[in-house]
Amino acid sequence: MSTELTGAEITVRCLQKEGVDYVFGYPGGAVLYIYDELFKQDKVKHILVRHEQAALHAADGYARSGNKVGVALVTSGPGVTNAVTGIATAYMDSIPLVVISGQVPTPAIGLDAFQEVDTVGITRPCVKHNFLVKDVDELANTIKKAFYIASTGRPGPVLVDIPKDVSQQKAHFAYPEKISMRSYNPVTKGHSGQIKKAAQLILGARRPMIYTGGGVILSDAAAKLGDLVRTLGFPCTNTLMGLGGYPATDRQFVGMLGMHGTYEANMAMQHCDVLIAIGARFDDRVIGNPKHFYNEDRKIIHIDIDPSSISKRVKVDVPIVGSIPDVLEALLKLLKTGKDSPDHSALDAWWAQIDSWRARDCLKYDRASAIIKPQRVIETLYKVTKGAAFITSDVGQHQMWAAQFYKFDQPRRWINSGGLGTMGFGLPAAMGVQFANPKGTVACVTGEASIQMCIQELSTCKQYGLPLKIINLNNRYMGMVRQWQEFFHGNRYAESYMDALPNFVKLAESYGHVGMKIEQPGDVEGALKEAFKLKDRLVFMDFITDQTENVFPMVPGGKGLSEMILV
Amino acid sequence: MRHIISLLMENEAGALSRVAGLFSSRGYNIESLTVAATEDPTLSRMTLVTAGSDDVIEQITKQLNKLIEVVKVVDLSDGNHIERELMLIKVRAIGNDREEIKRMADIFRGRIIDVTDRSYTIELTGTGAKLDAFIEAMEPSAILETVRTGASGIGRGERILKP
Ligand SMILES: Cc1ncc(C[n+]2csc(CCOP(=O)(O)OP(=O)(O)O)c2C)c(N)n1
Repeated sequence: MSTELTGAEITVRCLQKEGVDYVFGYPGGAVLYIYDELFKQDKVKHILVRHEQAALHAADGYARSGNKVGVALVTSGPGVTNAVTGIATAYMDSIPLVVISGQVPTPAIGLDAFQEVDTVGITRPCVKHNFLVKDVDELANTIKKAFYIASTGRPGPVLVDIPKDVSQQKAHFAYPEKISMRSYNPVTKGHSGQIKKAAQLILGARRPMIYTGGGVILSDAAAKLGDLVRTLGFPCTNTLMGLGGYPATDRQFVGMLGMHGTYEANMAMQHCDVLIAIGARFDDRVIGNPKHFYNEDRKIIHIDIDPSSISKRVKVDVPIVGSIPDVLEALLKLLKTGKDSPDHSALDAWWAQIDSWRARDCLKYDRASAIIKPQRVIETLYKVTKGAAFITSDVGQHQMWAAQFYKFDQPRRWINSGGLGTMGFGLPAAMGVQFANPKGTVACVTGEASIQMCIQELSTCKQYGLPLKIINLNNRYMGMVRQWQEFFHGNRYAESYMDALPNFVKLAESYGHVGMKIEQPGDVEGALKEAFKLKDRLVFMDFITDQTENVFPMVPGGKGLSEMILV
Repeated sequence: MRHIISLLMENEAGALSRVAGLFSSRGYNIESLTVAATEDPTLSRMTLVTAGSDDVIEQITKQLNKLIEVVKVVDLSDGNHIERELMLIKVRAIGNDREEIKRMADIFRGRIIDVTDRSYTIELTGTGAKLDAFIEAMEPSAILETVRTGASGIGRGERILKP
């Protein structure tokens, strides 16, 4: 007879079996047995954050950059409610996470016990799936299912709620090697007839456009996408979530599209006759007003793993449900072995049109400014890091400038909260990125408002010696809010001014880090170089930037893609 | 357009709330919803009546399919099917009305399942339209209480919903 293990031991053994190296968490009463078991072993390392939201963002950054399931551990009640923002952030961007939460003992459930919340109920709308484990015999199986569900199909966070008594009770432990669920069978292969139709449409295109999103990154399809784009000679655009899916320095890349996309990307998107959408979902920040999008006639091919993403906001002509690498491979095979090729003269004319849009130079800004321009900081950051850094960001103008001016040539380098738009994401996500890439250069581009939403994590960074570089674009405004107020609310800057800011240099120093304040445009490059030389220190760089700078181009809410406000 | 959607799902705590939650969070409407375990106690069968444009119905079925515990979804309105709903209706029945109400129940193939000297409780099954018609046929002030289950549906002939 094999010996029986407690639920807490089983939990930790499951994590070991899954090859989990880091768990990001915060202890509390309901998870004490689990913490006890973590303490007794050293395979799974626990990273103590300073707020549960950060545990989730760190696990999330770890997953996004490292292509592994991120794991977080939180206690019941407030532990869970603090984690919800992070869970929803991961859910909106389809990030594979397993969240283990403590729950009050089963006999106390429903009695408004101390630190009881209906975790499964609260998180239901923002997880791919969740479980409440009431029987210790089900625990190992449930954790296996959680990893399986989180990482397959369209990925997402899965939560496992473990009541304290279940973590104490004993059961025989056997971790299933494989799992199959009759109710969950994610498709992989695309329909071959549909792929043929797509190939025909592609070959007949005169003004084609390839538009790709986070799905390409999540499914590791960047190499195949590159092959497709180059084989066809078509223009390619990425969404905010898809940056790095196609090399930004390549001529066929027309920039990011959407609300703050480039003029050329948005115009090409609007005026193409065949659109190939891959792992993207036509959301409101990407195509603007769908009615306006319909003003032009075009055929749409849509490749996605999630059938519900297809024809949700925009009707498509050739839906292909399947895993992107598989579908692209099949499509490439057809295109490469067939004797037809796209109409080159039409394509040349289309490129000439795109180049004329490009010549509009929509991302220009005043390079001679006597005040630090935020765009300049990002451009210099790109130069100093040779485009090889992992960049996380918070939410606001700085996020858009980072997306526009840092040219991502590789996937999983650009880490931001695109779907939920969570301020506070950047710093803890960067911690996770650094754990997943211990040798990588990791920078967090943030604003003075966003950084204060998870600033406590400077302490975590100190504890684990994370040499992050924080690029604070300090405009003393919630810049993105101020921009909307300037454009749409008659310059009434209601509550968007950041008053009573801390001295960020001293703040960083008090956490044991290096702080720098940069006020002159001429100092930007030198300061960045100096900071990145400090390989083993976290450097908080407070750039005092132009308060009035706005993000252009901009497609105002409710407007069409070609109705951009330009500089 | 009205649609009647049938689904098989794992008979697990919480599965029902996932379906209900999906409808409320995405703003779909539910006209009725019935659910109970099947002959295989690990599975529940649910019938949902909803209304929406073709696009909305397409999204509803896709979103339902996406729920991890849902095994199969079928839009019964896509083909031949049968729907039935059960109604229990309590009506005031005094004097001459008693005979009249009993006759009406017979016409609708209802059964009187509880009797007092002032009321009848009638059990009636049929399509929703038939139950509506019965209610129409009653004097409004005579209706004391109605309970309806919402529609249950099944495909005709060889149309079978199995895991
Ligand atoms: C948690 C959260 N609260 C509010 C918002 C709304 N919001 C979007 S951008 C923004 C301002 C961000 O200011 P800052 O971090 O200084 O960046 P900037 O836009 O100035 O670059 C706000 C308040 C949000 N995205 N997230």
